[in-house]
Amino acid sequence: MTDQQVPSDLPEPVVRKPRINASFVWLIPVLAALVGLSLVINAWMQAGPTITISFQSAEGLDPGKTPVKYKNVVIGRVTAVTLAKDRSHVTAKVSLEKSAEGFATADTRFWVVRPRIGLGGVSGIDTLLSGAFIGADVGESKESRDEFTGLEEPPAVTHGAPGKTFKLHTDDLGSLDIGSPVYYRRIQVGRVVTYQLDKDGKGVSLQIFVDGPNDEFVSKSTRFWNASGVDVSIGADGVKLNTQSLATVLAGGVAFGAPLGPHDETPAEQGAEFRLFGEQATAMAPPDGEPRYIRMRFDQSLRGLKVDAPVEFLGVPFGRVVSINLDFDEKTQTFPVIVGAVVYPQRLGRAHDKLVALAKARGDDAQLSQMMGRLIEHGLRAQARSGNLLTGQLYIALDFVPKAPKVPYDPMVKPLEIPTVPGSFDKLQEQLAEIVDKIQKIPFDSIGQNANATLAELNRTLKKVNDDVLPEFKTTLQGAQQTLGNANNALSADSPLQQNLGGTVQEMQRTVRSLRVLTDYLGAHPDALLRGRRADAPPERNAPPAPTSTQEGSKP
Amino acid sequence: MSQDLPRADELGLIGCHVCGLVCRDTGAEGAHCPRCHSALHRRKQASYSRTLALLLAAFMLYIPANVLPIMRTASVGDIDDNTILSGVIELWVKGSPDLAVIVFTASIVVPMLKFLALGLLLWSSRHATPWARRQRAKLYRLVELIGYWSMLDVFVVALLTALVRFGVLSLVEPLPGVVFFGLTVILTMFASMSFDPRLIWDGRESDD
Repeated sequence: MTDQQVPSDLPEPVVRKPRINASFVWLIPVLAALVGLSLVINAWMQAGPTITISFQSAEGLDPGKTPVKYKNVVIGRVTAVTLAKDRSHVTAKVSLEKSAEGFATADTRFWVVRPRIGLGGVSGIDTLLSGAFIGADVGESKESRDEFTGLEEPPAVTHGAPGKTFKLHTDDLGSLDIGSPVYYRRIQVGRVVTYQLDKDGKGVSLQIFVDGPNDEFVSKSTRFWNASGVDVSIGADGVKLNTQSLATVLAGGVAFGAPLGPHDETPAEQGAEFRLFGEQATAMAPPDGEPRYIRMRFDQSLRGLKVDAPVEFLGVPFGRVVSINLDFDEKTQTFPVIVGAVVYPQRLGRAHDKLVALAKARGDDAQLSQMMGRLIEHGLRAQARSGNLLTGQLYIALDFVPKAPKVPYDPMVKPLEIPTVPGSFDKLQEQLAEIVDKIQKIPFDSIGQNANATLAELNRTLKKVNDDVLPEFKTTLQGAQQTLGNANNALSADSPLQQNLGGTVQEMQRTVRSLRVLTDYLGAHPDALLRGRRADAPPERNAPPAPTSTQEGSKP
Repeated sequence: MSQDLPRADELGLIGCHVCGLVCRDTGAEGAHCPRCHSALHRRKQASYSRTLALLLAAFMLYIPANVLPIMRTASVGDIDDNTILSGVIELWVKGSPDLAVIVFTASIVVPMLKFLALGLLLWSSRHATPWARRQRAKLYRLVELIGYWSMLDVFVVALLTALVRFGVLSLVEPLPGVVFFGLTVILTMFASMSFDPRLIWDGRESDD
């Protein structure tokens, strides 16, 4: 065993050419390296730009999972979500795909799509199961950018959607919001995109988007109004309730329509500006034209007159009150009320046109002040009238008052001042006061004293009557009684007067009977007057059968 | 005591790996066993370079295997891509620490152990150090033993993909990572196969 003997009969190995070179084994790591390299290159080639989007909250954002989608195609993925240093917002790092490089441009918008339930509807329901994703909307800018501020609300309009954007101006926003619907003939054709306060803070500018092809219904003369409210009107034909859809009543909306009558129908251009009216009626009213400021000076209290109270010209809405101020008149030591109002002469329609034409024809200045001067000459006066007896609200009526006292009028005075007369209610009050005055002037005191004296006199007289006249009266009555007793006796049934009277009456009866017989006879025989009485009628006249037969014949 | 024992090499002998026939070592290239016709070599052919190459390739593939997701689970719209490590973390977090440990051992510990162990074996046999030969031999046997357990993850993905197919409700899809991981495991298995443990003992000084 320990000998280093090798048996000699060991077999010899068979020699064959080796088929593969052992160094081919190095191909494997080379291949692996190639594969790895190709992966790296692939990843590098596919990796698009990395952008950061800041959001108010990271709700629904899941690093590594939350996709970024454009038209529901995944164009990137959130890789990290970090809190900002000042903790005011979160920053989501998103790596876009290579093909989505175009999304890293200046006007791209990003927002988180989450399930949203609002009055206007429900959106993003699919994200309930799949989780939120980031929606993207790319603009046309070529300027690249890698930091974005995410929108908190999905944009109402995506880029490139057919339709037009219009601008609306209004005094206040009302219940409108981003996404509020825009209606045309109660069909939703668009929505509110944004709104902002005007720079001077005197109004709100809204941007609305009307989807194509309905955008062509917005013409240059289209009127927009706020459709959020409920419009209750009481007219001669009953109560009318006018609303848009219930959702609009709750959530607000804008409606538009063409004004009645002939109007410009050329479609409005992109970005055209319109005024947003409070309600349909004002929107549809003819344009107000240039507003004019007028001033009125009332000498009586104007309790119940408020700013925005209407100013009417012969019953036509003409303007509204804009200011009510108290003044002090040193001469009369009174406090007149100065009422400022804005009026729209064009609201008078044809009357205004004709007045202007007339003024021009006469060679006058067509200014309102000139026109008004002539009207005031003819008795135009302002009057505070009660619009509502219950609430005591006043309005200003411009009316022609017959026999109005002449007032000096200077058309050059600015602002235009309209003379006033006391209101109808005030007149009534004055008259009542006069009546009360008159009543007060009646000398109730002396009248009372006189009445008192008279009553004392009467008392004395009555006493006299009681003392002197009554005993006399008693004796007179007794005398009268006696006389009546005598009369009674004379008229009793067995008195001779009575019997005489009975005989006389019987005699008279007999006379009357014979007179009747005579007249009867004469009626039947008028010739008797001339010829004398005829012989008596034959006896059969007294035969009874004829009257009995007629009597029986009448019975059934 | 066995210091004097000669190596077969020294006696001009060569044994067939497959049928065990002992032949005379003629030193010729491409010698084959006269009985079973398998290749004869004193040590595994190019053991060192093969093992190193395979190990390197395996290591290179191990990177994408870990970085890329291996499995996609989709249930009712919720799509979840998991890499090996994120799967382990998810298992741990969602209350199956035992499973997490198993997957972690099979998919992370074992491959890493193999890389380290084979690397160590290669390095030590290259330098023919006499250091801890017995332990190194044991280490090699351990590597051989546990090598294929790493395929666990691949099987899990394959099974789930085949079993969980409920349309929108639930769906499991394999992702490229699992291919790389499978390749890594196979390559490490090849690497440990091509390593000749006799290299451990080739340094002469202390044949204990």
